[in-house]
Amino acid sequence: MTLWMIGNMAAHSVPSTLKRLLFAVKYSPLQSRCCAVQREAQYSTISIPSEKTFDKILIANRGEIACRVIKTCKKMGIQTVAVHSDVDSSAVHVKMADEAVCVGSAPTSKSYLNMDAIMDAIRVTGAQAVHPGYGFLSENKEFAKRLAAEGVAFIGPDTHAIQAMGDKIESKLIAKAAKVNTIPGFDGVVKTAEEAVKIAQEIGYPVMIKASAGGGGKGMRIAWNDEETREGFRFSSQEAASSFGDDRLLIEKYIDNPRHIEIQVLADKHGNALWLNERECSIQRRNQKVVEEAPSTFLDPVTRRAMGEQAVQLAKAVQYSSAGTVEFLVDSKKNFYFLEMNTRLQVEHPITECITGLDLVEQMIRVAKGYQLQHTQDDIPINGWAIECRVYAEDPYKSFGLPSIGRLSQYQEPLDLDKVRVDSGIQEGSDISIYYDPMISKLITYGATRAEALGRMEDALDNYVIRGVTHNIPLLREIITHPRFVSGHISTNFLPEVYPDGFKGHQLEADAKRELLASAAVLYITAELRSAKVLGTQRVASTPVECSHWELCVELGEERQDVEISKSGTVYTVEMDGAKVEVWGALNLASPLLPLTINGTQRMLQCLSRDAAGVIVLQYLGTLFKVRVLSKLAAELNSYMPEKVSEDTSSILRSPMPGTVVAVSVKPGDTVAEGQEICVIEAMKMQNSLTAVKQAKVKSVHCKPGETVGEGDLLVELE
Amino acid sequence: KEEAISLVTRVKYGAVSATVPQTSLHRSCRWYSVSHLSVKERIDQKRQAALQGGGQQRIEAQHKRGKLTARERVQLLLDPESFVETDMFVEHRCADFGMEQDRNKFPGDSVVTGRGRINGRLVYVFSQRGNSILCDILFVLQDFTVFGGSLSGAHAQKICKIMDQAMTVGAPVIGLNDSGGARIQEGVESLAGYADIFLRNVMASGVIPQISLIMGPCAGGAVYSPALTDFTFMVKDTSYLFITGPDVVKSVTNEDVTQEELGGAKTHTTVSGVAHRAFENDIEALLNLREFFNFLPLSNQDPAPIRESHDSSDRLVPSLDSIVPLESTKAYDMLDIIHAIVDERDFFEIMPNYAKNIVVGFARMNGRTVGIVGNQPKVASGCLDINSSVKGARFVRFCDAFNIPIITFVDVPGFLPGTAQEYGGIIRHGAKLLFAFAEATVPKITIITRKAYGGAYDVMSSKHLRGDVNYAWPTAEVAVMGAKGAVQIIFRGKENQAEAEAEYVEKFANPFPAAVRGFVDDIIEPATTRKKICQDLEMLASKKQVNPWKKHANIPL
Repeated sequence: MTLWMIGNMAAHSVPSTLKRLLFAVKYSPLQSRCCAVQREAQYSTISIPSEKTFDKILIANRGEIACRVIKTCKKMGIQTVAVHSDVDSSAVHVKMADEAVCVGSAPTSKSYLNMDAIMDAIRVTGAQAVHPGYGFLSENKEFAKRLAAEGVAFIGPDTHAIQAMGDKIESKLIAKAAKVNTIPGFDGVVKTAEEAVKIAQEIGYPVMIKASAGGGGKGMRIAWNDEETREGFRFSSQEAASSFGDDRLLIEKYIDNPRHIEIQVLADKHGNALWLNERECSIQRRNQKVVEEAPSTFLDPVTRRAMGEQAVQLAKAVQYSSAGTVEFLVDSKKNFYFLEMNTRLQVEHPITECITGLDLVEQMIRVAKGYQLQHTQDDIPINGWAIECRVYAEDPYKSFGLPSIGRLSQYQEPLDLDKVRVDSGIQEGSDISIYYDPMISKLITYGATRAEALGRMEDALDNYVIRGVTHNIPLLREIITHPRFVSGHISTNFLPEVYPDGFKGHQLEADAKRELLASAAVLYITAELRSAKVLGTQRVASTPVECSHWELCVELGEERQDVEISKSGTVYTVEMDGAKVEVWGALNLASPLLPLTINGTQRMLQCLSRDAAGVIVLQYLGTLFKVRVLSKLAAELNSYMPEKVSEDTSSILRSPMPGTVVAVSVKPGDTVAEGQEICVIEAMKMQNSLTAVKQAKVKSVHCKPGETVGEGDLLVELE
Repeated sequence: KEEAISLVTRVKYGAVSATVPQTSLHRSCRWYSVSHLSVKERIDQKRQAALQGGGQQRIEAQHKRGKLTARERVQLLLDPESFVETDMFVEHRCADFGMEQDRNKFPGDSVVTGRGRINGRLVYVFSQRGNSILCDILFVLQDFTVFGGSLSGAHAQKICKIMDQAMTVGAPVIGLNDSGGARIQEGVESLAGYADIFLRNVMASGVIPQISLIMGPCAGGAVYSPALTDFTFMVKDTSYLFITGPDVVKSVTNEDVTQEELGGAKTHTTVSGVAHRAFENDIEALLNLREFFNFLPLSNQDPAPIRESHDSSDRLVPSLDSIVPLESTKAYDMLDIIHAIVDERDFFEIMPNYAKNIVVGFARMNGRTVGIVGNQPKVASGCLDINSSVKGARFVRFCDAFNIPIITFVDVPGFLPGTAQEYGGIIRHGAKLLFAFAEATVPKITIITRKAYGGAYDVMSSKHLRGDVNYAWPTAEVAVMGAKGAVQIIFRGKENQAEAEAEYVEKFANPFPAAVRGFVDDIIEPATTRKKICQDLEMLASKKQVNPWKKHANIPL
């Protein structure tokens, strides 16, 4: 089966390459202008022009990291080759690259992880080196070996370093030998649950259990007692066998309230290695990083140096070359323990670039070519402070982020702000699909001080326009303005501790609420006044609406507030509850951004929608608020309107047309996300994808592929 | 201070006894006929009675039903203090069945009429009093019939008067319908009243926009007035439209059906296509009507209105470059294209839940009202069938009648095949859309986004039907049919079908065959579509085209 698949894929890749080239020809005039001018990044390494590296690099990745690598390649005068799946054929990284090759269909196992197709792409395009980005094949020793066999440079460490550090157990043994602090624990094959319990008891609770081969925090389980250890053992060993084909487990001391601080290292093939300071990545949800910063508020120079030196010792111990990251857990007493080493470029590498001025991708390319490092440890500064927020297409109100999918109907990065860097691989019109990581971008701000960087981040988040998918900006903005975060008192438990009942959005104080209501009322008046502005001469004269005083009622949730507004010049004075709010600003009804000056303070609000019935959805302080503005009369009469209970038809999926079922993507018991494809019906030579309108568990499936269905036939029932 | 007294009114005919709540106000209505008051006082009292409607209690009863009174509706619909009422003193003239008694008369009868302004623009309006005392009395009197009636000769006369004036002035008429039907006591006079309104609806058709908002029951003959107007909107859960109510249906066809199922908003906006849109409640309906009104010219003598726009006319829309999927079998949402192109993403969709394979509605381009027609690939592949043809045709004809430019987005695989369609008369109904596009003389701009196959290509505002500006996107395929079908016919029985298919795709599945013949004026980058349309509309603003003289055309009804 596997063999057939690979054979099939290989055969498939050639025609798809052709198709891709045809496509490129067909669209070439359109493409050039699609590659928007990218803002200069916050790194300043000066390339040495005489230093020849590669002529052509293939980037075996997608999304923002592929774009990131291409940017540096362009700077260095290197030709780039993008690989992509069929659904990504018009993705930004494809448009940015000089050449692009389709390597298979949407599922990553058939495209971005399809080594045969990628090797073919390398041969066809004549790329001399491959940058793997992160994820996918970046830490795959098999891939590195195959490249080496074909004489293609892998822009990353050597195979043995990948192998040594890729294995949790082996890496800890090496770390121990290199005199790096490690967490007490057991690493090896655990045969039974009872054996696991015995080990856990020896180490002392709490302990952490996970598959040895698994990366990051994925599949990590924490046990506080024997029972939980048994459970953790079952899950982790199952996962180890099914996901990695390697049933070794790791059981170790779990450090309560730890900080996650990592050291960036950079090494060459000549035995030189540097530490490029730390990144604090403690703000995590479900063990995935959300907000990162460099440097850390927690480290003093002595600890930093100690950690940096240990990281370099480890790198040297495995003859590491290229950029890598040594992750540590740091407890409240500044004891630090080696966690793992990531033998690739990290997602959060830009903050290190901001504070050190190095272009890590450029350094990786140089090192891969065999050049020596340009810097010594003394050359590595900490200049200012950098913060990175990972902007995800996900709903932060559901366990701090459940993926959402959709099409970016409007998308505008806050690039006109100073010292803001956005690393993204999408643009307006891009689809965020279920196939890939739901990260929209990495938003990085930089400043001389932490306060400056945080202030910029607030502005940047407020100016970031994302429509069409649910995103986590509400959560990000709450985190970076939370007093605990601002004071630097954070740990990996930050989110569950600060929001024990889950994230609920920004909680408005009385003043802020007044500002919000006043802004909504002003927007409403602006739209009302504009409605009467009919241009040109009219046969039947309009009665000009000359009004400068209004009485309105603004509703927010259950609350109703009478407001009086008067306009003088361009300034609106909104009175409510005996308080006055002055609002003025550029009220452009076409713009998603609403820059307002409210009581002398500049605020950036966003308007998401505005309808005839007075409902205005505003993004204010990061969070979305649904406000309803009505005239006083309408509000009074509105109280007579009955509350309506919306009919729930979302749990039944019927065929909207007669046709043939092409594919059924779910089975009973599956959990589907909102917008996820449930089945595909072909009719009129068209494939129509039917999607779930809510997140639910599949109760029953009443159709199978190949079956003919009539209009209104029951296809799938959800719970 | 009102006090409520219950009076038992015995009615001899029909042998029905009923309890009619009366207030001091109603008693006062009765008193003036005694003429012991001065004229001035009588005027005040009548005016008061007319303004109060049925009195506080009756207003409250209406509110309890989740409905507003006729006068509240007018107030919400129109700009504050702009309403000028006519015929406040009109009373019905029925002299039979006790109707001649003063307490069964009511100043203004069962409808409020007049004129006013919506965002400063003139409009005539009538608002039927579903809650008026007359309705209730009559309802009680006639509860042996299906529905109480309230349209009297006087009521009809009032409506006719404002319609006549609207015609002479050239301003739209909005009807807020909430009426039980004919007033049986008046007999033929009531029927005559209906016919008078029908005639005016027909005469006004294409001259001034007529809009009906159904806000209560509307049954029997009464339904034909909204049916003759340009747009019929409904309020969910409180409005019904049907020729005969559930009881008669039961007795004639033995079907069990509720009012809601028979003629509720859902039925008419999804199944029958009688209503163009439905709103949650009275307030949302009226506020939306104000919004809708802004799109319309006052009459056929006026150009499409241009409102101040904050959206720049040369805005590029890069997201459109990737909106059409590369696989021609994959669907996308035509609404995404429409929203991205029009001013401020503001699109007032007409019939959003009926024949969803075609999208029609109003939007603005650089401030100017335009009518948008688009095939919807997301629903039934965007094919044309009976319902979508009729929906599209009616919309196109409205736009043409009122000088609203039409922008058509084409992605159509053809007409829907099948016995259901053929037996239903797709030939006849499809011809309507063809007729409408061909006959239209307003500026017509067409954008072929992907498929334009077969006869459906011709129909969808093609160059051949006098399209003024016809564009193709690079993804356009103008052909008689899709590659597979074509190859099966051209190369029937031959081997190497796949090769032939590839050749066909190479030759025809692109915009060139149409472009080289001049059937499209240009192949444009999707991102520039908005900019181009805005420029073209500016140029076409002075377009003059006249169809040959005729009494009227004979559209295949």
